[in-house]
Amino acid sequence: MIPLDYYLILSAFLFTTGMLGVLIRRNVIVVFMSIELMLNAVNLSLVAFSSFIGNPAGQILVFFVMTVAAAEAAVGLAIIISLFRNKLTININEINILKW
Amino acid sequence: MLPEQIITYSLFLVAVISAVMVIVSRNPINSALYLVLNFFTLGGLYLTLNAQFIAMVHILVYAGAIMVLFLFVIMLLNLGDEKQFVEKLNKKNFVGIFLSIAFFAELVYIFAFLSPSGAKALSLNSVEIGTVEYLGKILFTSYVFPFEITSFLLLASIIGAVILAKKKNLE
Repeated sequence: MIPLDYYLILSAFLFTTGMLGVLIRRNVIVVFMSIELMLNAVNLSLVAFSSFIGNPAGQILVFFVMTVAAAEAAVGLAIIISLFRNKLTININEINILKW
Repeated sequence: MLPEQIITYSLFLVAVISAVMVIVSRNPINSALYLVLNFFTLGGLYLTLNAQFIAMVHILVYAGAIMVLFLFVIMLLNLGDEKQFVEKLNKKNFVGIFLSIAFFAELVYIFAFLSPSGAKALSLNSVEIGTVEYLGKILFTSYVFPFEITSFLLLASIIGAVILAKKKNLE
């Protein structure tokens, strides 16, 4: 059998990859995909804990995380479309009107 | 090595490679396709954890709905030149890479050395709690209040998405 720690380390790796994508990429769509990666990494560790401990609460929480991810994707992509319509760019270095 | 272990470890490998390719590839469409691959491997990993219903819902929601939305937006924006995204490795990126490596090392230290769980096998009732029947019963009894709250969340996101994406010059 596969130990629980392997799943947790894979989850940590996926989360770190998503974090790195948010930090170094300049294309706002790829930044958004990296956020999805981070949400999925957390889902993986929730399901792993749930199956190894035998408690269904982790799997229920995954449903709510998926709902939040779907809502976040819809609103975020709408924001990207209206940003592109106003500034004609999706490079996050040029989207700086809120920068002080 | 058992066939189950071979399948799980190859899923681990594919998940790691596809996650790295998502943030490395230059073209956002390639990133999106690698992300789909990553979602499918995560679905397979949920199956190895006996969470059948979560695996199915994950494939449907992520690979079915969210990725179609992503590809649709990428094609809608129709970015002509990819040149503006040719990103050089500057000082800020090195700080980001250093922070990520430090973060990952910290997590591995915690999971592998500081407090290893030592759990080697799945719980005995893990097959039972992964089924639709069991999860549905719990979702509609113990967790019915958060379940109803998510309907407000979805309503708010529908209204927000429509208002944000509609044309502003209608007055």
